[in-house]
Amino acid sequence: MKILGKFLALMLIVFSLPSKAALDIVITEGVDTARPIAVMPFVWEGAGPVPEQIANVVMSDLSRSGTFKPVDVISLPQQGISMVSQFDPAAWANFDAEALVMGSIKPYGTNQYLVKFELVDLIKSQMQVAQGKIDKADLSLDARETVISASQFRQYGHRISDIVFEKLTGIRGAFLTRIAYVVVDHNKSNPYQLMISDYDGYNEQMLLSSPEPLMSPSWSPNGRELAYVSFENRQAEIFVQDIYTQARKKVTSFPGINGAPVFSPDGKKLAVTLSKDGQPEIYVVDIATGAIKRVTNHYAIDTEPSWFPDGRALLFTSERGGRPQIYKVDLASGKITRLTFEGEWNLGGNITPDGRSMVFVNRTNGKFNIARMDLQTGFMQVLTSTRLDESPSTAPNGTMVIYGTTHNGRQVLAAVSMDGRFKARLPAGQGEVKSPSWSPFL
Amino acid sequence: MELNKLLKAMAVALPLLALGACSSTSESETDASGSLGSNTGSSSGVVSGGVETGSASQILTPEEQQQLKEQELRKEHIIYFDFDRSEVQPQFLEIIQAHGNYLVENPNVRVLIEGHADERGTPEYNIALGERRAKAVAKYLQSMGVLPSQMSIVSYGEEKPLDLSRTNDGFAKNRRAVLVY
Repeated sequence: MKILGKFLALMLIVFSLPSKAALDIVITEGVDTARPIAVMPFVWEGAGPVPEQIANVVMSDLSRSGTFKPVDVISLPQQGISMVSQFDPAAWANFDAEALVMGSIKPYGTNQYLVKFELVDLIKSQMQVAQGKIDKADLSLDARETVISASQFRQYGHRISDIVFEKLTGIRGAFLTRIAYVVVDHNKSNPYQLMISDYDGYNEQMLLSSPEPLMSPSWSPNGRELAYVSFENRQAEIFVQDIYTQARKKVTSFPGINGAPVFSPDGKKLAVTLSKDGQPEIYVVDIATGAIKRVTNHYAIDTEPSWFPDGRALLFTSERGGRPQIYKVDLASGKITRLTFEGEWNLGGNITPDGRSMVFVNRTNGKFNIARMDLQTGFMQVLTSTRLDESPSTAPNGTMVIYGTTHNGRQVLAAVSMDGRFKARLPAGQGEVKSPSWSPFL
Repeated sequence: MELNKLLKAMAVALPLLALGACSSTSESETDASGSLGSNTGSSSGVVSGGVETGSASQILTPEEQQQLKEQELRKEHIIYFDFDRSEVQPQFLEIIQAHGNYLVENPNVRVLIEGHADERGTPEYNIALGERRAKAVAKYLQSMGVLPSQMSIVSYGEEKPLDLSRTNDGFAKNRRAVLVY
């Protein structure tokens, strides 16, 4: 997964030099319709080379959003500016981009740096030029400065991307987020590894390695804990692990299946699948006390619980209709409603953060792909065209879905935008990569 | 009756000829002891000086016999399933019966039944499917008189595929229940 970082750097090159695209990356027409944006390398106001170029992080983030297309730096009409006072509206009058991100980095005591950035509205600037009324103070959409430590360059880059994305789209950016996933590498003595990284694959860290399978990582709402399934004791057991202190708590260890843990929106409970009473059923477990409450009761398979954002209902997959389909259960009344009818199977659903749609795995003509359904209208759209797609997880701002798929006979992670227009595959390092889970906002 | 005896004699003699084993004093009761005979057995060795040595067939302790029997059983310990199905197919009943008889005769022996699925569908669904397959095998064994206390079940779903090719043949190999002693 370190290669993921390289992949992003390379993807950036692919975007700016499309003719050189020799990389095995799936990118669809979403790139063609992405909005051009200018990101200028941040001006370094210190001695020697710049420690880290924040603009690269911002460009990479904006490219990966599928919404924006950073233009080639060489083509920018001005170079080496960092604030709106240096901005020359006339030079940018015919430039095809809607905004300009620029900034500066200055040493600020030991191992610390003062980072400034400014976001300029190029559309407004071009209108001002056309009308002959220049008011540069009116062009700045945002301007901030912060002192960061040497280790925080990437993090602050993501922060800038978040602000830029929100200013230009009205949607909160999800660049300062993480993903959790499982790597299986049979060349290692502990082949099963639970990993987390920044959303873009940087800063990968192993949280647990095991000789036996690890499954189903899922984030707590505060982004501090992961729930997952481990077979380390030769049976499935559910654990919750603090990603900072490494403290682990075994939450359930019943005979049979202990699977599919998902934190409730308040972080106090887990919805899980247990088969201790015969068939796999959905339960809610109180993490602190271990008290369990049974939610479903049917002789068919019930599994893959997922919370509605209000915490009052769960989605789950059930075979009660003969084939796996997605149902909703109201936790207070116990009322069950079937939600999916299209295609042969529908399973592994989760509700988008706005509560309006559902992302899940759809099987049509024997093919497994990620689909989205509008909960009000029931309109379903298949988003992906990759092979053996599974484990969709939605970004906390609802713009992108990360999922597990198979490419060239290996399990890899891929991402697709919520409208299905932007698609990217994330090449893995060694082994198989699966079960991605996108963190909440951090 | 005479013919029957002859056939029985042939049935014993033919495999022995095929194995090239020299002699077997005791009645060869099981395939397991037969194959042991061919490995360690009573072959004669010509030594310089014209003398020949001979050896007796090994007498097995009950533990050794049990080990051999288990080894033999483990050669066929996988039951395959159809896609998204968990019914035991008729062609695998013989294997399960062999395990079942052995487990009934040896109530102190325990078996772990692993359930597995191919990689189609979601990991969570496949865990459920794998458990259903393992349970189908356990149910059959129980109907033969195997004690529930002798059996335990674990479903690995799609997490431990035997074949990573992701072809139809590969998927077929991964849809399985495995008996582990």
